[in-house]
Amino acid sequence: MHLGRRALLATGAAAGAVTALPTLSRAQAANTIRIGVMTDMSGMYRDNTGPTSVACTRMAAQEFGNRGFAVEVIEADHQNRPDVGANLARQWYDQGIDLIIDVPTSSVGLAVNQVAREKNKPYINVGSATADLTGAQCGPSTVHWAYDTWMLARSNGGATVKAGGDTWFFITADYAFGHALERDTMNFVRQAGGRILGSVRTPFPGTTDFSSFLLQAQSSRAKVIGLANAGADTQTCVKQAAEFGLTRRGIKLASLLLFINDVHGLGLQTAQGLTCTETFYWDLNDRSRAFARRVIQRTPTNYPNMIHAGCYSGTLHFLKAIADMGVPAAKASGLDLVNRMKAMPTDDEAFGPGSIRPDGRRICPSFLFEVKKPEESRGPWDYLKLVQETPAAEAFRPVGEGGCALIRA
Amino acid sequence: MDDLFGIPAPLLFGQLLLGLINGAFYAMLSLGLAVIFGLLNIVNMAHGAQFMMGAFAAWMLLNWLGIGYWAALLLAPIIVGITGIILEKAFISRLYKLDHLYGLLLTFGLALIIEGVFRNEFGSSGLPYRIPAELSGAWDLGFMFMPVYRGWVVIAALILCLATWLIIEKTRLGAYLRAATENAALVQAFGVNVPRMVTLTYGFGVALAAVGGVLAAPIYSVNPQMGSNLIIVVFAVVVIGGMGSILGSILTGFALGIVEGLTKVFWPEASATVIFVIMAIVLLARPAGLFGRA
Repeated sequence: MHLGRRALLATGAAAGAVTALPTLSRAQAANTIRIGVMTDMSGMYRDNTGPTSVACTRMAAQEFGNRGFAVEVIEADHQNRPDVGANLARQWYDQGIDLIIDVPTSSVGLAVNQVAREKNKPYINVGSATADLTGAQCGPSTVHWAYDTWMLARSNGGATVKAGGDTWFFITADYAFGHALERDTMNFVRQAGGRILGSVRTPFPGTTDFSSFLLQAQSSRAKVIGLANAGADTQTCVKQAAEFGLTRRGIKLASLLLFINDVHGLGLQTAQGLTCTETFYWDLNDRSRAFARRVIQRTPTNYPNMIHAGCYSGTLHFLKAIADMGVPAAKASGLDLVNRMKAMPTDDEAFGPGSIRPDGRRICPSFLFEVKKPEESRGPWDYLKLVQETPAAEAFRPVGEGGCALIRA
Repeated sequence: MDDLFGIPAPLLFGQLLLGLINGAFYAMLSLGLAVIFGLLNIVNMAHGAQFMMGAFAAWMLLNWLGIGYWAALLLAPIIVGITGIILEKAFISRLYKLDHLYGLLLTFGLALIIEGVFRNEFGSSGLPYRIPAELSGAWDLGFMFMPVYRGWVVIAALILCLATWLIIEKTRLGAYLRAATENAALVQAFGVNVPRMVTLTYGFGVALAAVGGVLAAPIYSVNPQMGSNLIIVVFAVVVIGGMGSILGSILTGFALGIVEGLTKVFWPEASATVIFVIMAIVLLARPAGLFGRA
């Protein structure tokens, strides 16, 4: 019996280790569109992306229905590591995956971008923030869907300086995302007449305590601390700033990237008064509420944010383009498929109408929100109130200014 | 304003104090690891997960049963300690005769499973846990705002470390423990129930991690990866202090907290790495660690 049990364990372990795709017959494969959701299933960005991104992609595929071809959605965890992401992307494209979507964590997002460009395969990045995806590192088959660092910086940075926060100190996550967000926000602060008094780069991942950095920010005597980080890092900074009395001394925190899921984790008591910029909020209008209701049925403990909505919206648009040009033509050239996506206007319940520019940037309006006070909140996840809307044409970096080679050509 | 090494003095004092606070967590966690390694010869990779369980236990007690911080400080370690005892009985006790590596792999696997279960159940965003009313607020020290709660963490950690050290070095129970480390068979021959002592020691080490978790809950967000972020550093602390050395791990914990705090001022990007650089140097110069016996 002893041997039998061991054998069983070994078989189980082996089965768990194999990540091969289910094999389809040749006829089936030719008529099946396969979408790979590469996301953070186990790290600090799991709630901001993760299983809810997968659920939204599946929902889009199901709602699209069968229009002459089947859609299959698979998922994988990139563990926030660029090497894992790039290897997986290569493997997926080689195995006939037609689209890679989501890919949060800018360092991984850029690594997968390299592979997509090399293979000329469709890649819709939703989860990464770096504006370099449609700037210096833009690719012909890449579309950047929901938001980027330039758009965050414009909305939040500009508004903060206008409100009197003219001296800044940055606490920046030390990787591609933090660097891009810091750079873009600094530009806007300087343009608006503000001054940068200093910045500190914090190791990512693995920084558990930000009090030292907050203290450095405080001693710089800046009026605003710009948090060029995300997820748990931002949450810890906000909590500890309150703990060390920074906010009581009148220092303002500019949470440059804050998701509703982070607000949920912080609680309104701690998060109230913070500002954030989004392209989607579930309670924005009737269409967004209808969309969110369907998502919540799938993920009852986690409301959708702009990344989740972007996975839905991007998948839907991708499938529409395939229906438009036919499966054989779409499979024959990833580049033609993405060009078709760029030529068609986007429209769905989550975002409303929008479009994709030649540099791969999808544009739509952006919204500046303020986190509600606990007494203002009327129901579960009723967390944000609208402060300001930026129209689609102004929300993102002008097409000629990013240094994208596709534009100069 | 007076400058020291080009850094304003108030900022430097503040960083020293913060380093001490983080050092308190390192000391508490590495102490538990040292106790477990000293007696069981098990490198307890699940220590970070058990630290996280302590924080979650406090959160569950509060939100599900309405039991507040002070009671949780006692109850959470007992609950998590019991789960540790079950793990020891069911799995770890089978590995004592094998190489260290097996215990390391087993506890590492357990840690991954425990963290995965919590992640599935609670997500990764973290759960809020409020600082108890008696310990909220802050002292204005002039050079910085010192939250009362952080001061409490340092004091609690010092008391805990000192008490553990006294029990192990100065009491009869501690003498049995130390004797069993040297020669288990001989101690058993004197009528001491060594297997039970080993089980309880593991439970105690795990409970120490859980106390750390409860203390950490109001400072950090309660989330499934809070332990794995800390545990690698804590292992480095144990290695630098000397595997199994109680006093070594306490002193090294506090000292490295301070070193790390200072690095955050002088070279922030290196603050996550500095402890490992020190570890490499110590291993080259003194392979048994600063306080270990070769």
